[in-house]
Amino acid sequence: MRFTINGRLHEVEPDIRTSLLDLCREHLGLTGPKKGCDHGQCGACTILVNGRRVNSCLSLAVMHQEDEIVTIEGLGEPGSLHPMQQAFLHHDGYQCGYCTPGQICSAVGMLDEIAKGWPSHASTDLEQVSLDDAEISERMSGNLCRCAAYPNIVDAIREVAGADARTGSDVGA
Amino acid sequence: MFGLGKSHTNSLRMDAPQPTSLLDIGAQNVIGKPLDRYEGPLKVSGRALYSAEYVFPDMAYGVLVGARRGAGRVVSIDAEAVTSLPGVIDVVTDFKTFIRNPGQGGETEAPTQGVEEIVYFGQVIAIVLAESYEAARDAAIRLPVEYEEAAGRFDFAAHKHETDVPPENNTPAHFGQGDLDQAMAEAAFTVDASFTTPSQNSAAMEPHASVAMWDEDRLTLYGSYQIPTKDAMQLADALGVGKDQVRIVSHFVGGGFGSKLGIAPETTAAAIAAKRLGRPVKAVMLRQQVFDATVRRSNTEQRIRLAADAHGRLIGIGHETLTSNLPGEDYFEPAGIGTHFLYPGEHRLITHDQVRLNLVLSGSMRAPGEAVGMLALETAMDMLAEQMAIDPVELRRRNEPLLDPEKNVPYSSRSLRECLDLGAQTFGWDARETRPAQRREGEWLIGMGMAAAARSNLLQSEEAKVRIEPSGRAVIETAMTDIGTGTYSVLSQIAGELLGLDPRSVDVRLGDSDMPASGGSGGSWGACGSGSAVYLACEELRRQLAKTLGVEPGAMTLKDGLAIAQNKSMPLAELVGDGIEAMGAISPGKQKDAVTQASYGAHFAEVAVNAVTGEVRVRRMLGVFAAGRILNEKTARSQCLGGMTFGIGAALTEELLHDGRTGKLVNRDLAEYHIPVNADVPQLEVLFVAERDQHSNPLHAKGLGELGISGAGAAITNAIYNACGVRVRDYPLTLDKILPGLPDL
Ligand code: FES
Ligand code: FES
Repeated sequence: MRFTINGRLHEVEPDIRTSLLDLCREHLGLTGPKKGCDHGQCGACTILVNGRRVNSCLSLAVMHQEDEIVTIEGLGEPGSLHPMQQAFLHHDGYQCGYCTPGQICSAVGMLDEIAKGWPSHASTDLEQVSLDDAEISERMSGNLCRCAAYPNIVDAIREVAGADARTGSDVGA
Repeated sequence: MFGLGKSHTNSLRMDAPQPTSLLDIGAQNVIGKPLDRYEGPLKVSGRALYSAEYVFPDMAYGVLVGARRGAGRVVSIDAEAVTSLPGVIDVVTDFKTFIRNPGQGGETEAPTQGVEEIVYFGQVIAIVLAESYEAARDAAIRLPVEYEEAAGRFDFAAHKHETDVPPENNTPAHFGQGDLDQAMAEAAFTVDASFTTPSQNSAAMEPHASVAMWDEDRLTLYGSYQIPTKDAMQLADALGVGKDQVRIVSHFVGGGFGSKLGIAPETTAAAIAAKRLGRPVKAVMLRQQVFDATVRRSNTEQRIRLAADAHGRLIGIGHETLTSNLPGEDYFEPAGIGTHFLYPGEHRLITHDQVRLNLVLSGSMRAPGEAVGMLALETAMDMLAEQMAIDPVELRRRNEPLLDPEKNVPYSSRSLRECLDLGAQTFGWDARETRPAQRREGEWLIGMGMAAAARSNLLQSEEAKVRIEPSGRAVIETAMTDIGTGTYSVLSQIAGELLGLDPRSVDVRLGDSDMPASGGSGGSWGACGSGSAVYLACEELRRQLAKTLGVEPGAMTLKDGLAIAQNKSMPLAELVGDGIEAMGAISPGKQKDAVTQASYGAHFAEVAVNAVTGEVRVRRMLGVFAAGRILNEKTARSQCLGGMTFGIGAALTEELLHDGRTGKLVNRDLAEYHIPVNADVPQLEVLFVAERDQHSNPLHAKGLGELGISGAGAAITNAIYNACGVRVRDYPLTLDKILPGLPDL
């Protein structure tokens, strides 16, 4: 089967049991995507498949014929970081760094969902989705961070999104 | 490793205060600055390599097998039933050598070994090796194991009256002074309340992992560990080989929070399998195995007694605790540790008793002791303030002791009062309703709460080597780790300040047990200890540079790679010839007992409690902390955010549940064990109070990594009470416990 990862064409014959995550980590030398749970519970393995964020541990490699896949390595590298990577660096949106590749891929995919106008549980107006802190937190809640860089992650994403208004939580409002 | 030539060691035992710090006279002006993380570009680009990510030719995959009984014995393992499966190489076990319980933090001897006897559900008994991960996993699931089951002790409630007194660890198990009963009888105000906290799991995002390989008789193990120096000693002892035959490498650690202080079962399994196969072996614990077979924070039952005079000044304080651990294990959760020194009171009783249970090992998790002890103590303080009808901040102000109430020695530094005042003012504390359930917004009841924070400051023996290369760059080597704490950054800043270098001209090499010995990451001692060792090495290098220049060190300024003295400046590169190097070594001394050392802080929280469902949302939270000199404001703040968020989890969601019949952990994954997610955590705020501590170390800094969790959960508990008038003392405060007490709609 064939697909591209980070713009490079790969032709492989994976074990049918191999997850997309293990294909990256164990077979293609792409260890940027992390394994935190292998059960779709933590988001550390988040990568972009045809532009959409997915938990790569929940997807079998053989399901990705002809897909375009982007991992954290494909977003940027030291010296030429992606704006989201740069913002995480600047805002200290990580500590141990283990959840970080997943957080960053998820954030990139998430902003695209906002741009497309997809609402979330936190959206107050389903027609006109705006990006406030509650939206960011809600949409990033599939990516766990035990170091708990959450406030800094929100700051980083807000900066990249260009949303300047710092809004509070809407809970109980 | 560099340093074949001998390097001078600059040693310091902390027997006396250090009134001056070179960090105050450095000219580079980088210490404390909120610099981006040194290793950040590697982490945000996915290039930082964690232990499971090292690849070696001919490496075999190992998947661990855990016992499916809670107590008993392994009768047989039918390896042949799986070795014929495609790709499967072998099933390896060693009933004597495999470790049964993980190692405790700071130990240098092997943890309890021997896995034929089963003492807790999930105990690792074998490892299945295969050419691929998929094949190994498949075989591990299928592997037939025959057990002989025995009766076990699984239920805390059923056994809590059968206790023993564990040996002293970093706090005595039992301490008494004066007559607390008498004080309670005579006090103007008293509180006598019991609290329970459940077992918890560190749940670091990176599962424990080891890649083991032997070169002749020497083992190199890439492992995710917090203290490589001591973990290598634990592992060598477990394997029955010499200390210098084991090397542990942990360049990046995906979070630890105590769970990676000592070696976990995958280390011996990988090492033994690699030896048997004659191939490198990679063994990564499944998330469920991390829950089953690493460490938990013990559950606790705590009774707090407070006796106060008419002015609210404490005359007596009691903190009696019950915790649990496996039979034969010395460690106990020191829940009363902060109570020893936080508040005054002549009459004191602080006890820890242990209940023996067949549940996975209990050990250190972030802020062992204070994290759960303060949930009880600081809630009781809130109850006392309410009873006296005084502001809880004011109650703490009235209970600022001048001397340690037990040891009668001064505090090395203590800025709790400043934290309380700055916090109250910044948070808008005066807007708090003094009576509960007064503020309502739609269906949400809004309340504010606060709590004090305290965490003992500890120092370990630490060594570091620093070299100035012929190029003028500096290189630091120590076995210390960075588990997300900012070690790479702060060490580069300390050396940068003292050697007059941009921190980016400093190479920091960490996490290798072949490097100078370190107490590692744990107990909030990492930055101060390893930072002091780097400081001392740099102090010696400054002397050498000054000598070459023919001046006193004090007459020399180092800045931007130049040494400036007597109106001349010279690049370091020219001064050091073939390079110069020095070792720094710090160790604890008399200062440990001459003064009481701790970091302090104050938490303020605003919560919304749903008047219909009892759901709690944290709306705002502020932590104000004083921990001596802050070495990097950005990474320090992040440490506090992390601690405070652990506090949110402890207060509201985190709880390990064991099946009372087998001890099996029921919620052994990240879907069922609820750590806070992004939407549970508001934009927390952190402030630091300027402070220096000359008693702690030459950096004048104190520990910070665990301070943020201490008291954080209690601030939330107290805010919930203020919001809705319900005081639950059985953690976590889930909505089912709050609902019955809610005021009528
Ligand atoms: S590893 Fe895929 S969600 Fe956790
Ligand atoms: S940075 Fe450590 S888990 Fe997120």
